Amino acid sequence: MNKQIEKAYADRPKNTVYQITVSVIVLACILWSGSAVEISKGGFSGLQIAGNILNGILHPEPKLLFNLTIQGVPYLLLETVCIAFLGTLVGSVLAIPLSFLSASNLMPGPIAFIGRLIIMAIRTIPAFVYGLMFIRVSGPGAFTGLLTMSVCSIGMVSKMYIEAIEDLDTRILESLDACGCNTLQKIRYGILPQLIPNFASTVIYRFDINLRDATVLGLVGAGGIGAPLIFAMNAYRWNEAGSILVGLVILVLLVEYISTKIRVKLARG
Amino acid sequence: MSVYDKIFPPTKMELSNGKTVFKPASRLPLVALIVLLFTALSVKITGFDLGVLKERGHQFFVILGMMIPPAFSYSSQVWEPLFDTLKMSLLGTVVGAVTVIPFAMAASTNVIRNPILVGVVRLFLSIVRTLPTLVTALIATYVFGLGTLAGTTAIGVFTFAYMGKILYEEIETVDMGAFEAMEAIGATKVRAFVSAIIPQVLPSYISNGLFCFEGNVRYAAILGYVGAGGLGLILNEKLGWREYPSVGMILIMLFVTVFLIETVSRYCRKKLV
Repeated sequence: MNKQIEKAYADRPKNTVYQITVSVIVLACILWSGSAVEISKGGFSGLQIAGNILNGILHPEPKLLFNLTIQGVPYLLLETVCIAFLGTLVGSVLAIPLSFLSASNLMPGPIAFIGRLIIMAIRTIPAFVYGLMFIRVSGPGAFTGLLTMSVCSIGMVSKMYIEAIEDLDTRILESLDACGCNTLQKIRYGILPQLIPNFASTVIYRFDINLRDATVLGLVGAGGIGAPLIFAMNAYRWNEAGSILVGLVILVLLVEYISTKIRVKLARG
Repeated sequence: MSVYDKIFPPTKMELSNGKTVFKPASRLPLVALIVLLFTALSVKITGFDLGVLKERGHQFFVILGMMIPPAFSYSSQVWEPLFDTLKMSLLGTVVGAVTVIPFAMAASTNVIRNPILVGVVRLFLSIVRTLPTLVTALIATYVFGLGTLAGTTAIGVFTFAYMGKILYEEIETVDMGAFEAMEAIGATKVRAFVSAIIPQVLPSYISNGLFCFEGNVRYAAILGYVGAGGLGLILNEKLGWREYPSVGMILIMLFVTVFLIETVSRYCRKKLV
């Protein structure tokens, strides 16, 4: 018995050369990337600043946190939620035709490939470049933020849509065919019930991400909570930054909790 | 029976074999109503206006048009920041993904039986996850000074938070037989974790790490905007000087890099799973 086990263990498939090659390549890459780290400051002053930041975040300014006017944190958060919500909605609608065009089980190969390239190009352009482009359209403000957010959402949302479309179970369509359903009924009872939970789950997930990333919009003056936060941080007003951050963290945690509940429900039906 | 079912009672259907079944009322009207109300509120607050879009929409393409043709002569100056961006994202991903392993272990209910410890670690991971990457980068530039170290830190923190959640969810679905067997013959928790659970989650862990790296390259390109090194630095500079052909060149090179990385990583991930 033991001999057999030992023999089987000695005969196990070995691909040492392959493993060594992969490890050497990975290690070399990591070492190469280490050369980027340069310490220009740091040490004592860095630690002191870190302490200040932590102190500011732990002692938020209650005046700002519970200020119900347009400058207060609650209104800014509401504006951010609105930008993220409508931005996600617009983006997820725009992504539908793109993802159907790039699903390789529906479209011929070349068209699907071009569709994917377009989606990748849309994803690659950083958010603040879109922000600058849209400012020419609608001027600084929440509307620009919304448009930027919607274009930024297209990439990831359509990528996940495509996966959902490619996972479609086509046997259901055949059985509906056998029942004598027409095309419209096949779409209604065969395709939509498979796609809608997936799509909805993707959109809710993206809403989470958008809410978190809404600070990027502040860089180009496109509304929301980003601009006040970055101004406060640039001016070393850590208490103010702390109160905004606390509000944002609580909001995101809350939204994430609710959205996880909804997504679990969607996944289990 | 939920509250909704009480207000809108399910329809009763009689089947041909005499049995009765209940079809619950559709939730669609309620969901649609909530979405519509929120949309109306958002339209009001953000000033959404299709008219503006129709009238001035062509302005969007003005800058895009100025980027074409890109300034190919500028490409020689892009390489260094591009490689910086790559280095930042690679190192940040590795550091973040490795440091999160003990935290993910502590956040899995099937490894640690103490609900308080699990709850605390999960709350910590959640809070780190809510911090916007840009804010982390900005804080890192104050602590470590301007440069790539700040960007690396920001990416490391982001990867830490992202991989943490995925990893503990993965650990919770593994087959616990091997882990329990090792504990039964006297191995410590850490030893059993390393030998019994890590081999099970390793393929998906590496696959997720690669996926995270793909996204991080894109993120790293933004971080330069706050002075955290990499492509964003020159991107911001060229945008400020309105040298749009150079911006176009930067974006094209970033696009090609991201495309190459995605192709390689998709190939690796297919082999892994």
